[in-house]
Amino acid sequence: MENIIEYLKEERAQDWRNELRKGMKAKERTSRIRVSMPEEDPDVRNKSRIEVNIGLAAENAVLEAQRCIDCPDPTCITGCPVGINIPKFIKKIEAEDFAGAAVTLKETNALPAVCGRVCPQEKQCELNCFYTVKLKKTPVAIGHLERFAADWERNSGQMAVPKTEKLNNIKVAVIGSGPAGLAAAGDLAKFGYDVTVFEALHEIGGVLKYGIPEFRLPNELVDTEIEIMRQMGIKFKTNFIVGKTASFDDLKKDGFQAFFVGSGAGLPRFMNIPGENYNGIFSSNEYLTRVNLMNAADPEYDTPVISGNSVAVIGGGNTAMDSVRTAKRLGAKDSMIIYRRSEAEMPARIEEVKHAKEEGIIFMNLHSPLEYYADENGRVNRMKVQKMELGTPDSSGRRRPVPIEGSEFMVDVDTVVVSVGVSPNPLIPKALANLKVTDWGTIVVDKDSMQSSIPEVFAGGDIVRGGATVILAMGDGRTAAAGMHKYIQEKIKAN
Amino acid sequence: MSKIIEKEFFSKNVVKLVLEAPEIARSRKPGHFVIIKIGEKGERIPLTIAAANEKEGTITLVVQKVGVTTAKLFELEVGDEISDVVGPLGQATHIEKVGTVLCAGGGVGVAPMLPIVEGLKKAGNRVITILAARTKDLIILEEQMKEHSDEVIIMTDDGSYGRQGLVTAGMEEVINREKVNMAVTIGPAIMMKFAALTTKKYNIETVASLNTIMVDGTGMCGACRVNVGGKTKFVCVDGPEFDAHQVDFDEMLSRLGAYKDQEVAAYQKYLETVEV
Ligand SMILES: Cc1cc2nc3c(=O)[nH]c(=O)nc-3n(C[C@H](O)[C@H](O)[C@H](O)COP(=O)(O)OP(=O)(O)OC[C@H]3O[C@@H](n4cnc5c(N)ncnc54)[C@H](O)[C@@H]3O)c2cc1C
Ligand code: SF4
Ligand code: FES
Repeated sequence: MENIIEYLKEERAQDWRNELRKGMKAKERTSRIRVSMPEEDPDVRNKSRIEVNIGLAAENAVLEAQRCIDCPDPTCITGCPVGINIPKFIKKIEAEDFAGAAVTLKETNALPAVCGRVCPQEKQCELNCFYTVKLKKTPVAIGHLERFAADWERNSGQMAVPKTEKLNNIKVAVIGSGPAGLAAAGDLAKFGYDVTVFEALHEIGGVLKYGIPEFRLPNELVDTEIEIMRQMGIKFKTNFIVGKTASFDDLKKDGFQAFFVGSGAGLPRFMNIPGENYNGIFSSNEYLTRVNLMNAADPEYDTPVISGNSVAVIGGGNTAMDSVRTAKRLGAKDSMIIYRRSEAEMPARIEEVKHAKEEGIIFMNLHSPLEYYADENGRVNRMKVQKMELGTPDSSGRRRPVPIEGSEFMVDVDTVVVSVGVSPNPLIPKALANLKVTDWGTIVVDKDSMQSSIPEVFAGGDIVRGGATVILAMGDGRTAAAGMHKYIQEKIKAN
Repeated sequence: MSKIIEKEFFSKNVVKLVLEAPEIARSRKPGHFVIIKIGEKGERIPLTIAAANEKEGTITLVVQKVGVTTAKLFELEVGDEISDVVGPLGQATHIEKVGTVLCAGGGVGVAPMLPIVEGLKKAGNRVITILAARTKDLIILEEQMKEHSDEVIIMTDDGSYGRQGLVTAGMEEVINREKVNMAVTIGPAIMMKFAALTTKKYNIETVASLNTIMVDGTGMCGACRVNVGGKTKFVCVDGPEFDAHQVDFDEMLSRLGAYKDQEVAAYQKYLETVEV
């Protein structure tokens, strides 16, 4: 910690930063209002796959960057799970050194174009910004600026391929190609390892591909990052399930010395209420996979999807928002959220809730489903819901929803998407008898190295945390890569 | 990518394909299946692995033409590649010597039943196989089944081949004739439902292998969920084989029809494009 503070101080004391600070009075910086993100028209975008946020124009990015007062004690960084040097990258934007801003981001964040779009900034960096904390004003748009710098670099066509150490010919395996796996693979390649990423599905990217929709995170952007990783020498093997296609022992025989498990929290939860297996009721994973991974909405593709007229999505997280907005885009007349708490408790990003409202999504907060009913073909046609009120806070600190007796009523629906959370993917724990897991099925690791109870197996992301976030998964991947590097080097020395 | 090494028609609508898939061949056990996808626009469908050759690094699929994806598969020739093949998936069949086993298969269930019949026979069981279909032309794999069964009984609804009657009539006949220790049934949900009801009457332990709709095949989506003994199970990871007396076949039947309209329309459209 000490040296990080020292490092930040040194960076801040550089001439170019001093110049910039002097260039404009703090008063003037703080009197500006936050630039707003240009967005596609809600009535157009809710019928298309087009990305909702357009991105800041360069001059607006510079204007926004000028709002940042380059604090001596940048509290924003304390809110960033990977500790991005936030004032430095913002000041690079102010200096119109956009490429330099991107480089700064990549010092600590492997996928800034992704994080700029999907991180819950309002709970992280922006929550801790001087503007929020001290001035009680809207924070510097750190997320929008992050996205701007990353997009600028990508669009410039000069994306740098990170330098890698000379190949050391030590084989390491990364299991799962979500953000945790990609971040681990990137760092392991930089250290010089011969890295193979194994992915169960036919596409690389994990939730970034099959879960988060195109209108929020275009696939092309993830593919660009993967292409760079290929150029770094990372090998990708799709359609390969570790524990099924090959066992850990098979892979060890093939020469793999250490493993990073980033297998995610892929198991959908249902509520186990009557009628939940009727046709037209999906897990959000199924619904989103059909549309995002299999492209089911495009008639040119073979996978079918049901596009309902009246769609209820159960839940209040990002997955629920993605599902309900997808339903709207597939043509639903009524597309509604049914959430058992109130909006204040919703785990979804604030921006997604705002966008959903603009797009005509109906919010039935403080409601919970009790039972589903179906027509003679077994297709859901109604659901019974109950009103809820908020009681005392539970272990998560959120107020507990309490059913209001006698408040039940019927809602007509023809499609329901259940989005009440996911459980850890059990494939890997099942494949490794000695692996220590919690009662929830998450893998137990040492926090500093992400090493599991099996010395050569490291893990991170949702398989360790349960359903969490992209940035935490990436952070874990990087911590684990460092842990694996240390483990392998020590093993070599000992021999 | 998996290259097709061998292709042999068993009948107009049934083809045997041998694919290059060394890792799957090494790990596969009877009862396992793969998910395949043909090309960028293809859908993911499950297919039982009928056999595997670890030395050659190949797996064998026996495929019946039932829809768009299987029809596309029929068009591929030796040397062509299937873009995506993943597996082996599911739980392996529990095969042991129990005595006499009655295997009742119909329709799309006959191909996946072949490796089970073969395994049961190899384990030293007396295997009686019943193949059921609407009419003579739809009876498939009779020769292959004969090779691995002590007896094969053919049942057709219209009496055009073998005996006339439903699969259950053939089952009752065998059960009344000799001691049956176990039954296996694979086929359309409605057939399995009545096969299970039949063996239940006689208290014969029965295994059904379920062919639900699947997407990923790894337990990630829940498209394949069924109700077994009042609990929701995922066929792709918990199955595909379950105690037939516990399966809610009515629910499964209904769920299988979820995309019927789209499937029929897509197949129609496909047939038009290939005919032109
Ligand atoms: C719809 C949706 C929206 C979300 N929105 C946001 C958001 O806006 N912001 C945010 O921060 N977070 C969001 N999240 C959460 C975030 O996506 C996850 O926390 C993150 O992706 C976890 O990363 P991961 O690498 O641990 O796992 P995943 O991304 O789940 O990747 C795991 C991968 O491992 C593969 N795999 C599993 N087992 C094996 C095996 N045995 N062999 C080979 N491969 C295997 C899987 O197929 C999968 O591709 C969202 C999640 C969903 C589902
Ligand atoms: S806290 Fe806000 S104003 Fe201060 S350095 Fe960070 S982003 Fe800039
Ligand atoms: S096919 Fe998706 S969970 Fe079984």
